[in-house]
Amino acid sequence: MTFDDYRGIWVYLEVKDGNIAPVSLELLGAGRQLADKRKTELAGVLIGSGVKPLAQTAFTYGADVVYVYDDPIFAYYRTEPYMRALLDCCEKHKPEVLLYGATPTGKDLASAIATDLPTGLTADTTILDIEEDTGLLLASRPAFGGNIMATILCKKYRPQMATVRPKVMKALPPDPSRTGKLVEEHIELREEEMRTKVLEIVRETTKKARIDEADIIVAGGKGMGSKEGFQLIHQLAEVLGGAVGASRDVVEAGWIDHHHQVGQTGVTVTPKIYFAIGISGAIQHVVGMQNSELIIAINKDPNAPIFQSCHYGIVGDAFEIVPLLIERFKEEIPKLKAAADVKEEIRHA
Amino acid sequence: MLHIVACIKQVPDTKIIKMNPKTNTMDRASAPAILNPYDAHAVEEAVRLKKKYGGTVSVLTMGPPPAVKAIKKCIELGADEGYMISDRAFAGADTLATSYALTKALEKIAKQRPIDLVICGKMTIDGDTGQVGPGIARRLNIPPLTGVKKVVEINKEKGYAIVHRKLEDGYEVVQSTLPCLFTVEKDINDISFAPLPNMIKAARYQPTIWTADDLEDVDRKQLGLKGSPTIVSKVWAPPKPEGGELLEGSTKEKVEQLLSLVLAKKELFQ
Repeated sequence: MTFDDYRGIWVYLEVKDGNIAPVSLELLGAGRQLADKRKTELAGVLIGSGVKPLAQTAFTYGADVVYVYDDPIFAYYRTEPYMRALLDCCEKHKPEVLLYGATPTGKDLASAIATDLPTGLTADTTILDIEEDTGLLLASRPAFGGNIMATILCKKYRPQMATVRPKVMKALPPDPSRTGKLVEEHIELREEEMRTKVLEIVRETTKKARIDEADIIVAGGKGMGSKEGFQLIHQLAEVLGGAVGASRDVVEAGWIDHHHQVGQTGVTVTPKIYFAIGISGAIQHVVGMQNSELIIAINKDPNAPIFQSCHYGIVGDAFEIVPLLIERFKEEIPKLKAAADVKEEIRHA
Repeated sequence: MLHIVACIKQVPDTKIIKMNPKTNTMDRASAPAILNPYDAHAVEEAVRLKKKYGGTVSVLTMGPPPAVKAIKKCIELGADEGYMISDRAFAGADTLATSYALTKALEKIAKQRPIDLVICGKMTIDGDTGQVGPGIARRLNIPPLTGVKKVVEINKEKGYAIVHRKLEDGYEVVQSTLPCLFTVEKDINDISFAPLPNMIKAARYQPTIWTADDLEDVDRKQLGLKGSPTIVSKVWAPPKPEGGELLEGSTKEKVEQLLSLVLAKKELFQ
C-alpha cells in the first residue's frame, strides 16, 4: 500500500435536524478548493436514517460523490455505529484527506476514527491548504489559547484528518443544476451488539436567542464590575433583540452561564453586529468573534487591545454610555418597525 | 464499590502566558503550571460519585516530574490514589501517542484493581483538542461518552451508566454499558473547597511513578514523538488586527453616532 492509493478530499456530512449541518456545507466549499488544486474528487460521507435524499444538497454545494449509509441503526448519533460505517468507507475507498466540523459530534467521531485507523488528527483548524504535488495537507490552527498559529502536518499516515471550526470556511453558492455520483454503502450492524442507547433527546428551547445563531450579540466583560453591573448587558441585548455574550473572566466569576462564553474555549460567533463592552480584548476572546460583520467596542481604557479588533470604538464609561444607548434604542427601534409595517400595508393594499 | 480513574494533566495557564515574539515559543517561566481546569471537574465528579456509590478514585497523569503537583491538587479535591507516568520516551507525544501511553498505564492500574469508569475533562487548555479521552476509550475498547453534563445513575451490579450528554441545543439521555469513559463538561459540577484533612494528606502524598519500562506490552514505536503522526511544521504570530475608528465628541454625540451605525442595519430591527 502506498500513498498513491489514497485519493480524494472527503467531508463527513453531519446531519442536524434533518438537514446537512451548515458547517459541513462550509467544508464542502473549502474541500472544493483543495480538490481542484489537487485535481481530484470531492466526496461527502452521509450517515443516518432516511438521509439519502440529502445527497443532492451535497452535490448542490460542490460534492462530486456522496457515499451514503442509510439504516435505522443510524437514527441518532452514537460513536460506535457511526465509527464502524466511516471506518468501512475509509477502508474501501481510501481518501487522502478527511475533514469534519469541529462540533461535538464531529470531534467525537474524528477522535475515534483517528485512533482506530490510526492516523493523525488536527483539531479546530481555521486555515486549510494542500500541496499540489504531494497532497500534503497544511492544517493551521490557533494554539496556546490563540497566542500563536501553528501549521500541523501528517506526513507518514493517510488519510490526513482535521476538524474545522464552524463559521470559518465559506460555503459555495448553491447550484441546483450540479449533480454527482451517489454510492450506496451498507455495513452489517446489529442493535443488540451496540453498547450505548439514546433513551431520550431533550431540546432546550430557551427564550433567549441562541448565541451562535444570533444576528446581534451584546457581550460584556470584567469591566462591568459585578453580576449586578452585568445586568446592563442583558438590558441592551433585550432592547436590540439580541443574545448575550461574555468573556471567559465573566463566566469564571459566575456572572453568567458557560453557554454565553465567546472565544477560544467558548463559542465562535459571526453575528451582523457584535458589541464588546468592558471587554479588554484578549486574543482568546477575539478569535471567537473577529469575523463578525460590525464590531463595536466600548471600554474606558483607551489602550485596551479590543480597540485594535473593532470597527468602531468608544472610549468611555459603560455605565454612562450603555444606559443612554438603551434609552435611545427604545425610542428609535419602534419607529423603524412602524415604518416597515406601513410599507407592508401599502404593498398589500 | 466503584473504581473510577480520572485522567488529568498539568498545563501552563494559557490565560496569562507570554509569547516570545521573536521565536514564537512560549515563555514557560511566565505561565504558572496549574491543574487543567476541565480536569478539576473530572476529579470532582469522580469524588462525588465515590461519595454516592462508594469506592476508590484514582488519578493518572503523564508528564515531567513537577506534574506531581497536579496530582497533589487532585488529592486535595478528594482523590485517593495518584499515578504518574514520566519518561523521556513519552516526550513530544501528540494526542494519538498520549492516548496510547495513558492506556498502557490504565491497563496496569486495572490489573491491581479493575476499573469501572474513566473520567476525563472536556479538553486541555494548552492542547485544546479533546481528542485524548475518546482515544483512550477506543484503545480500551469501552464506549466513549463525550460532553457529559450530568451523571444520572451508575449501576455496577447491572453494569450500566446513564448520563446526560450535551447537544448543541439541549441534551440527550444515554445509557451505556460499564466500564465506559466520560469526558465531562465544565457545568457538570462546581468545584468544592478542599477540606483541611485532604490538604494535609495532599501535602504529604507521593504518587506511584512509572517509567516506560514499568508498563507492560509497550510498543516503543508508539510512544512520544516517534509514535505521533502529527508534527508542527511552523508557528507564527496571528496577524495583528488593523484597529478600528474611535468615535469622537461628547458622550451624547458618541452615542448618537453609534446609534446611526447600528440602525443603518435596519433590516435587523424590522
